[in-house]
Amino acid sequence: MKTLRTIATLAAAVLALATPLAAQSEVNLLNVSYDPTRELYQDYNAAFAKYWKGKGGDTVTVKQSHGGSGKQARAVIDGLDADVVTLALAYDIDEIADKAKLIPANWQKRLPHNSSPYTSTIVFLVRKGNPKKVRDWNDLVRPDVKVITPNPKTSGGARWNYLAAWGYALKQKGGSEAKAKEFVTKLFRNVPILDSGARGSTTTFVQRGQGDVLLAWENEAFLAVNELGKDKFEIVVPSVSILAEPPVTVVDKVVDRKGTRKVAEEYLKYLYTPAGQEIAAKHYYRPIDKKVAAKYAKAFPKVKLFTIDDTFGGWKAAQKKHFADGGVFDQIYGPGK
Amino acid sequence: MSSSAPSPSRTRTEPAPVRWALIITALLFLGLFLFVPLAAVFAQAFEKGWDAYLAAIREPDALAAVKLTLITAAISVPVNLIFGVVAAWAIAKFEFRGKQLLITLIDLPFSVSPVISGLIYVLLFGLQGWLGPWLQAHDIKIIFAVPGIVLATVFVTFPFVARELIPLMEAQGKDEEEAAITLGASGFQTFWRVTIPNIKWGLLYGVILCNARAMGEFGAVSVVSGHIRGSTNTIPLHVEILYNEYNYVAAFAVASLLALLALVTLVVKSFVEWRMRELS
Repeated sequence: MKTLRTIATLAAAVLALATPLAAQSEVNLLNVSYDPTRELYQDYNAAFAKYWKGKGGDTVTVKQSHGGSGKQARAVIDGLDADVVTLALAYDIDEIADKAKLIPANWQKRLPHNSSPYTSTIVFLVRKGNPKKVRDWNDLVRPDVKVITPNPKTSGGARWNYLAAWGYALKQKGGSEAKAKEFVTKLFRNVPILDSGARGSTTTFVQRGQGDVLLAWENEAFLAVNELGKDKFEIVVPSVSILAEPPVTVVDKVVDRKGTRKVAEEYLKYLYTPAGQEIAAKHYYRPIDKKVAAKYAKAFPKVKLFTIDDTFGGWKAAQKKHFADGGVFDQIYGPGK
Repeated sequence: MSSSAPSPSRTRTEPAPVRWALIITALLFLGLFLFVPLAAVFAQAFEKGWDAYLAAIREPDALAAVKLTLITAAISVPVNLIFGVVAAWAIAKFEFRGKQLLITLIDLPFSVSPVISGLIYVLLFGLQGWLGPWLQAHDIKIIFAVPGIVLATVFVTFPFVARELIPLMEAQGKDEEEAAITLGASGFQTFWRVTIPNIKWGLLYGVILCNARAMGEFGAVSVVSGHIRGSTNTIPLHVEILYNEYNYVAAFAVASLLALLALVTLVVKSFVEWRMRELS
């Protein structure tokens, strides 16, 4: 009997612990984001909290959840209470609008610049001295080169990687859809491991020493070089690449239920201010604000960029053709291929 | 080695070199696959010294992960303790239809992949799932919150206690209980005074295994967690996050907590095994 009572007391104590300390004048936001933005939002959240407090607002604590962009969208669809989502590509947010109806279909029109406060592109990370002499996309299909990229099914960055390669092949002299497919097929034959998110791939390449070249977000490549030693890796900028626009939005149904709409909207708007743009630039995201962009112009290599809209007819079309079940990616990458 | 009395009747047939080869192979294998990785965890954790180690463990997100892990274990272990005793009691002491089915069902979490164990709760309680819309309308959070993590952990760990007790209780039979009832003991008295003392070491053993798994579970918890830093990350998930942030010292420092827990579990387990042998 005594044991039973002890267990009951213990359970009660545990439940008491589990209940969060309520009734503070504190706002909690949850930002569900993709993989490589950890460092960016860690800084940005602190800056925004300070800014908001300074404007006489409540104390804001922004919690973060990171993972492959597609996986994160899936979690929000399944009920992860994100006040804002900051994902790798528009299609993943479209899915939240389509499948769960948590946001209106025209979400991307609500903030400037397609709701993308910063842009990025895809570059190559190679080991110091570039031992395999990787200079451009066509080097990635050489049989002696091992390429590391995450899984396009779950990772947003991986989809940008894939489309950047496709776009390169398409834009070569005599390029065609058939040639592009052949090129990307060859490229993926050189991929030994598909991680589920961009950060997983970076770790595979950097920490576990797999592969000769990592296809990476420009910001992720800079981070890897600066965090882990300029003596170990270098960045190779290909002749052309894709303009990646990682968009952001408030999740309407969640903020209205939680009563956090105002602060959530301000949180995203602050990304567009010079202060927000500076933070993005410091974390190697290309700022869209002209002044800040000019200030950091030297930091970003000049590269010819094509967009998803004019080369692939937008994300919906690209997703359907390439990444849907039975799409081109499924045809070219599978067991025994 | 374990038997105290010499056993002259059993002659060793293998020559000494074979015996030694076997022993050395086993030790080498253990060394390579257990001790070296374990040592590596601690070596990495202390790479930047004691201060960095302490800082990593005291960091608020790490503490939140430790707290969540303890809460999860503190709920799922007692739940499975009660369930395990009830199930083992029913199976070992009574005959009923569908008994075999019940035994099979208890084993189910062992044979199902942890990812599936997590996904079933997403399918049930997720916003697109069966109960999701109702739960949200009533402002009840299950997945991507503590209850989901506890549920997934309970599911994954529920065979441990029952599996430990069933063979033990079956071997002991029901003679002693029947004697107690004949002598006028109530059902509860019989359970508390006869059954429990007989099974307590087996029970403890099951609880230890259950607890170790509850604290270490990654797959199922990862699916239902939502990975919100500082609120829905357990220790194993937090380790993964730190590792992905190139924060290797912190990752291994937090991992070393789990490793320490495993070592403590091992010691307690050996003690319990020794007691069980002594008693039998």
